[in-house]
Amino acid sequence: MTIAHEEVAAPVQIGVAPRILERLGSLPLHVGIIVLTIAWIVPTLGLLVSSFRPLGAFTTSGWWTALSPPFNFTLDNYQHILNTSNLSRSFFNSFMISIPATVIPTTVAAFAAYAFSWMRFWGRDWIFLALVGLLAVPLQVTFIPVLSLFIKWGLSGTFLAVWLAHTGYGLPFAIYLLANFFRALPTDLFESAEIDGAGTLTVFFRIVLPLSVPAIASLVIFQFLWVWNDLLVALVYLGGTPEVAPLTVTLVNLVGSLGQGLQYLTAAAFISMIVPLIVFFSLQRYFVRGILAGSVKG
Amino acid sequence: MDVGTLLTVQLPTLLAVVIGVPAVLAGYIVLGEFLVRRLPDGVRPSVRPWIWVGPALLFVALFLVYPVFGTVYRSLLAGKDAPGGAFVGLGNYASVLTLNNFPNGGVWIAIRDNVYWLIFYTILALLFGLLLAVLTDRVPYETPVKSLIFMPMAISFTALAIIWRFMFSYQPPGEPQTGTLNAILTGLFHAPPITWVQDERVNNFALIGAAVWGITGFVMVILSASLKGIPGELLEAARVDGAGELTIFRRVIFPLLMPTITVVGTTLVIFALKAFDIVYVMTAGNYHTDVLANTMYKTLYLAQNFANSSAIAVILLIAVIPVLIFNLRQFRAVESRR
Repeated sequence: MTIAHEEVAAPVQIGVAPRILERLGSLPLHVGIIVLTIAWIVPTLGLLVSSFRPLGAFTTSGWWTALSPPFNFTLDNYQHILNTSNLSRSFFNSFMISIPATVIPTTVAAFAAYAFSWMRFWGRDWIFLALVGLLAVPLQVTFIPVLSLFIKWGLSGTFLAVWLAHTGYGLPFAIYLLANFFRALPTDLFESAEIDGAGTLTVFFRIVLPLSVPAIASLVIFQFLWVWNDLLVALVYLGGTPEVAPLTVTLVNLVGSLGQGLQYLTAAAFISMIVPLIVFFSLQRYFVRGILAGSVKG
Repeated sequence: MDVGTLLTVQLPTLLAVVIGVPAVLAGYIVLGEFLVRRLPDGVRPSVRPWIWVGPALLFVALFLVYPVFGTVYRSLLAGKDAPGGAFVGLGNYASVLTLNNFPNGGVWIAIRDNVYWLIFYTILALLFGLLLAVLTDRVPYETPVKSLIFMPMAISFTALAIIWRFMFSYQPPGEPQTGTLNAILTGLFHAPPITWVQDERVNNFALIGAAVWGITGFVMVILSASLKGIPGELLEAARVDGAGELTIFRRVIFPLLMPTITVVGTTLVIFALKAFDIVYVMTAGNYHTDVLANTMYKTLYLAQNFANSSAIAVILLIAVIPVLIFNLRQFRAVESRR
């Protein structure tokens, strides 16, 4: 028995040293990852910490000094910026812009993507190719003619203008993403539905849409964040009007106007990040799927 | 904020749009289908698709296709308000390219900076993205780490620019540095602080660095997904044959990731050419950090010069065309493999 014990124990003892070596060998790996991760968190963390620091501390010491006692945090920056700027209005405006500018293109794209993936028509593949090409076109090339149209129609500076523009700009990607998903649905599904006498409408609303909820969710999140975070389109079509300015535009205006009170900018920036961060951390799975499904959006 | 108009005008509008637009579109499709069914059998399949793609094509034609041609057309006409101007051929391009001391000023600075963006932004983002994808693949706490690095993708470039404005902030030597980077520089390396945003030797790279911080998560997530697609047996076989981890990376993983790296790379090139927000927020194109997208915006809004602005937009479009063609080829190659 004792011999047997030794025989069993021996390989374990030999095994310990290499295992420790292996652990030590992977130590640089862990250190490397942790260093990179910290480097990636620091900028955001710095902003977050700064936004809770009192006015005097901000200009005289770095944000990291606030992480050691005496802890001295305050909500003053948030209070001040919400009371003195247009930020709360802009917060609402951002929803006012982003929600319709997500709902409209998603609906329009769903119908089109269904036709592109399950109907045959003249020029279908060429039109789809053109949509893929349009994914890369810089929006700058469209601004002046579209702006002239909006001015002619009296839409410049209205929410409707940005809804329409974002719908046009978002559609190539939206159709591309949904069509790729619809096409991957099994053919049998459509054949058996046809045998059962289901019309195009029934197939679309009863089969395709319910099965495509994950793809549609990805698209909705992607488009929503895209519009929420957009600065350029809002600047061009809404101009500087504070009544309709979304958060991004108001933030930029604050950068220019705050001067000495730059510290309030930290709170303002964080307010603008809250919604994207909530969406991101709660629905990350769908967001990542959207990114993987079509990595050419610009 | 006027709560009255909010409750009586804006919220109802929002509701009406969110419920109304899909309802109207669905109604349009249902009505279209109803009408299509009255058509003779032979015509039906060729009419139906156009009803379904109609609204989308209308939007795309109006907001993307027509304006592209409109801008090219305007770039060839004289005058500030293009439609009334005479045909000047490439005159606007000549004036844009020679404005402010060729070749040290105006658009040339923007072109130079776009080239910086193109090279450094693309390469650094790919490098960090690949590094993080490969490293995180080997540890059990992969998910939270990836999540944190990916996070900047969710926020706006405007917020990103503000975050980095504080990272870059500068105090004269001797004063306590409140910006993280200058604090590290003076505290750890005993070097003089740098005006990251103004100093023309570093500022373009500072802006590009901030942008790379934002996009690396995107690159990492895509490459990481592609990495997970490499069969484990392949790596196992290489290890059995005695290949070291570095050799496996160079000879097996990297070649297999190459197609994905190319696709991500072209996307990054497009992003680099379109760079706007970060420059606009951080420097407004001052201190020789201008890029084409910002020059175009300035020419449109500050100079109110529609003809020159159109010409700059077309220059941007021309720069994107090689990437666009590459994308189309890539797409057709994937399609033919289906």
